Amino acid sequence: MLLGPSLVLSAILFSIGVAGVMLRRNAIILFMCVELMLNAVNLSFVALSTAHGFTGQVMVFFVMTVAAAEAAVGLAIILAIFRHTKSVDLKTMNLLQG
Amino acid sequence: MNPSWIWLTIALPFIGFLVNGALALAKPEAKRVVAIVGPGVLLAAFAVAVGIFAGLWGNPPDQPLVFPLWAWIGAGGLEINLALQVDQLSLVMLLVVTGVGSLIHIFSVGYMVADPGFARFFAYLNLFMVFMLILILGSSLPVLFVGWEGVGLCSYLLIGFWYQEKANADAGKKAFIVNRIGDFGALVAMFILFWSLGTLEFAEIATLAPTTLAVGGATVTAATLFLFLGCAGKSAQIPLYVWLPDAMAGPTPVSALIHAATMVTAGVYLVARTSVLFAMAPLSSAVVAGVGALTAIFAATIGLRQYDIKKVLAYSTVSQLGYMFLGVGSAAYTAGVFHLVTHAFFKALLFLGSGSVIHAMHHAYHATHSHDDAQDIRNMGGLKRYLPTTFILMLLATLAIAGIPPFSGFFSKDEILASAFGRGAEHPIYYLFWALGAAAALLTAFYMMRMMAMTFWGENRTGATEREHLHEAPMVMTGPLIVLGVLSVIGGVINLPAFWPTPPHHGLERWLEPVLAPAARLMPVQIPHGATEYALIGAAILIAVVGLVAGYRTTLAKPITAAQQAPEEVGFAKVLFHKYYIDELYHSLIVRPLVGISRFVLWRFVDQGVIDGAGVNGSAGLMKSLGWLGTRLQSGQLGFYVIVFLVGAVWLLHSVIR
Amino acid sequence: MTEFVFYTLAAAAVLSALLCIVQKNPVPSALWLVSTMFALAGIYVLLNAQFIAAMQVLVYAGAVMVLFLFVIMLLNLGHASETDRKRGPVVLVAVLLAAGIAAALFAVRDTSVASLAARVGAPEVASSPLAALPGAGRVQSAEAFTNPIASIARPMFETYLVPFELTSVLLLAAAVGAVVLAKRKL
Repeated sequence: MLLGPSLVLSAILFSIGVAGVMLRRNAIILFMCVELMLNAVNLSFVALSTAHGFTGQVMVFFVMTVAAAEAAVGLAIILAIFRHTKSVDLKTMNLLQG
Repeated sequence: MNPSWIWLTIALPFIGFLVNGALALAKPEAKRVVAIVGPGVLLAAFAVAVGIFAGLWGNPPDQPLVFPLWAWIGAGGLEINLALQVDQLSLVMLLVVTGVGSLIHIFSVGYMVADPGFARFFAYLNLFMVFMLILILGSSLPVLFVGWEGVGLCSYLLIGFWYQEKANADAGKKAFIVNRIGDFGALVAMFILFWSLGTLEFAEIATLAPTTLAVGGATVTAATLFLFLGCAGKSAQIPLYVWLPDAMAGPTPVSALIHAATMVTAGVYLVARTSVLFAMAPLSSAVVAGVGALTAIFAATIGLRQYDIKKVLAYSTVSQLGYMFLGVGSAAYTAGVFHLVTHAFFKALLFLGSGSVIHAMHHAYHATHSHDDAQDIRNMGGLKRYLPTTFILMLLATLAIAGIPPFSGFFSKDEILASAFGRGAEHPIYYLFWALGAAAALLTAFYMMRMMAMTFWGENRTGATEREHLHEAPMVMTGPLIVLGVLSVIGGVINLPAFWPTPPHHGLERWLEPVLAPAARLMPVQIPHGATEYALIGAAILIAVVGLVAGYRTTLAKPITAAQQAPEEVGFAKVLFHKYYIDELYHSLIVRPLVGISRFVLWRFVDQGVIDGAGVNGSAGLMKSLGWLGTRLQSGQLGFYVIVFLVGAVWLLHSVIR
Repeated sequence: MTEFVFYTLAAAAVLSALLCIVQKNPVPSALWLVSTMFALAGIYVLLNAQFIAAMQVLVYAGAVMVLFLFVIMLLNLGHASETDRKRGPVVLVAVLLAAGIAAALFAVRDTSVASLAARVGAPEVASSPLAALPGAGRVQSAEAFTNPIASIARPMFETYLVPFELTSVLLLAAAVGAVVLAKRKL
C-alpha cells in the first residue's frame, strides 16, 4: 500500500510550499507556492481515496477547478498591480499599512 | 353610580391635560376653549365622585373596594397592580379634592385670563389633579408614590410658572429639592415594609401588620418614622417646611389648590391611610404629634410679623398642617381628616380671597404704572369699601380658622386639641403638645385678625390715584368664593361633637369607622368628657376671642406706614420678620457645605480627576496605546502576515494532536 | 516494482519542489513546478487515479502553468531580482515553521478522523461527515480497477451534481473577473 508514503510525501510538499511563501517576495512565485500546496492536498485526497472511496477524487476535481479560477483571477490582480507599481514585489504592496 | 367607574375621575382631568397641553403648544390664544375644558373636566370628575359617593352612601363597604386596572410591576415576590381603591377615606378625599379643585379651577379662569400662559396653566393644573387623584386612590404605596411624585412635579412646574423671574424658578427648585429629602424617607419606609411584610398593598398591610409585627417594635417604629419623614416633606413640617412659604411665588390659585387645600395635606392623608402602623408605634405617634405641635406654634409666631398677604397665609397653612399632625399623632385620625377637610374649605377661601385682593391691587397699580408691591398688606388698608364681597367672605374664613363656633374650624380644631389633651392622661408629654396647640390657636387668631385688619380696616394706603382703580373681582371669581364661604361656615356639620344640641353627631367618624377601626382597636381615641370637656371648649373659645380682639386692637392702635416708608423691624420682631433666620441657617449649615463638597471634592477631584482623568481619558489613552501596538502589527508586509498566521496555525495544530 | 517507481517519482517531486522555491529566476521556478506536477501525475497513476492524473497534466501542467509563464513573460519578469529572496533570521524561522507543519502532518498521518475528532472534543464522532460520504469505507472494488472513469463519474454526477454545475458558475465568474481586472479600460 502506498497510502502512508503518499501522505508523507504530501506533508513534505506542503511544507516546501509553506517555506516558499515565507521565503519569497515575488508575487508570482508566491502563487506558484500556493499551487504547490494545493497539489500536496490533492495528493492526500487521492491517496486517501484508495482507502475511502472515490469521493476524494471528486474533491480533487473541485480543487483543480478552484485552483484554475484562483490562478486566473490572481494573475489578473498581479497584472493590475504591476501596471500601477511596475513591480510584483510584495514590498511595494503596502498601501494598507496601518 | 357603580364604584368601578372610579377610573373616570382620573381619566377626565387627564383628557383635560392633553387638550390644554396641546393647545398650550399649538394655539395658546384659544383661551375660550381652555376656559371651558379646564374647569369642565374637573366638574365632570366631581360629578362622577358625587355619583359614586351617592351610590355608596346607603351601604358603605366593610372592606375597601379595589379595582385593578393592569399589572404594573412583577419582580420576584413583589407584585404590584395599578389598582384604585375606593373606601370611606379615599371617598372623602376624592370629594374634597375634586370639589375644591373645581371651584379653584373656575376661579382661575377669572384670575389668569390675562396671562399669556393661560393654556399652559390649565394643562399643569389638570395634570396636578390627575396625580393628586392617583395619590388618593392608589391601593398600594407604590401607586400612591406615583401620585406623590407627580404632584411634586406639578407643584414645581406651577411654583415656577412665571419662570422668567429667577426667584420664582428658584422657589420651584427649592420645593422640589426639599421634597426629595422627604421622598427618600417614604422610599425607605416602603423598603422596610416590603422587607418585613412582603406586601405594599394598604389592605394587606392593615391585616398583616398587627399579626406579623410587634407593637412598638423597632421595625414598625422605623417604618413609620421614615414614612413621617416623607409626610413632613410633602406637608411642610419642621424641619422641611421651608419650601412652602417660598412656594407662594406661584399664581395664587396654585397656592390655594396645591399649597393649602390638597397636595400639602397628602402627608396627613398618608398617616391616616397607614393608621394601623402608626397606632402600633406609640413613639412614632408621639413624634408626629410633637412635630405637629411644634410646627403649629413655630409657624404661627413667624406669621405674626409677615407683611406679604400670601406669606401670612403660607405660614398659617404650615401651622394648620401642624394641627392636623397633632391630631393624627394623638390617634385622632378622624379629627385630623376632619381638620383637613375644613381647612381645605377655609384656607382655599382665604387664598382665593387674597387672590381677589391681589387682583384688585395689581389692577390698581397696573393702571397707574406704579411698582409698589401688590401683595404687601402695609400697602392695603380699608379695602372693605372696595371689595365688600371678598371682605365678608374672608372674614368668615378668618372666624373659621380662629375657631369661633359655629364655624367649621371650631369643631375640627377643638376635636384635635381635645384628643391631644385626652391622650395626656396616658402620656403626659401630650399635655405639653396640647399647650403648644392652644398657644398656637391664640397666635392664629391674632395674626389672622392682624392680616384682616391691615387689609380691610383702617385708612387706605394704596395711594390717592390708585384708589380709584380698586374694584371687586368678576362673578367668575366671587362665585367660587361664595361657595367656599358657605362651606367654611357650615363645614363643621359633617362631624358635630356629642355636646352639640342638634344632630347629626359624629357623621365623619361613623363614616370612616370601617377604615380606622383596626387602628382604633390598637390605640383608641381618648376625648375627655364632662366638666373637663366643657372647660376645654370654653378655654378654646376664650382663646379665639382674645386672639381676635387683641389682633384687631393692637394692629389698628397706631397708624401703619406703607411698605416703602416702613421702618426697619427691631428686636424679636426682626427675628420673626426674618423667619428665625432658618433659611440662612440651612444655607450655611447644609447648602454651602454641600456646594463646597460638590465643587471641590466631587467636581474637581472625583469628576475631573478620577472620572474624567482616570476613567474617560485613561481608558481612551489605554485604547490609544493598544491601538498603537495594533498598528505595529499592521506592517503591510504580506510575508510578516504569513509568518504570524503560520505560527498560529502550527501552534493550533500541535495543540490539537498533542 | 511499484514501490520503486513511487519512490523515484517522490524523490523527483520533492527535489523539483525544492528547486522551484530556491530558483532566483521565475521562469525556471515555474518549470520546476511543472516537473513536480508531472511527478505527481505519475504517482496518481500508481494510486489508481488515472483520470486525475490526466487532469493534472492537462489542467495544471498544461493550462495553469502556461498561464503563469505567459504572465511572467508578459510582464518581462524573466530575470532575477535582488529583493526577491529573503535573507537573515527569517529564513530560519521559515524553515522551522515548515518543519513544524511537516511534523504535525506526520503525526496525524496514521490517525483516524474519529480519534482526531475525539481529541479536539468534537461531538457525534460516529456520524462524522466523512463516515456519511457515499462509498465511504468501501475499498476499491474490482470494477474500480477495470473502469476507473465510471467509478469517479458516478459520485460526481449523482451526489455532487449541483456542486459540479456550480463550478461552471465559478469559472465563468473567474473569467469575467479576470477580464475586468486585467483590462485597462472596458
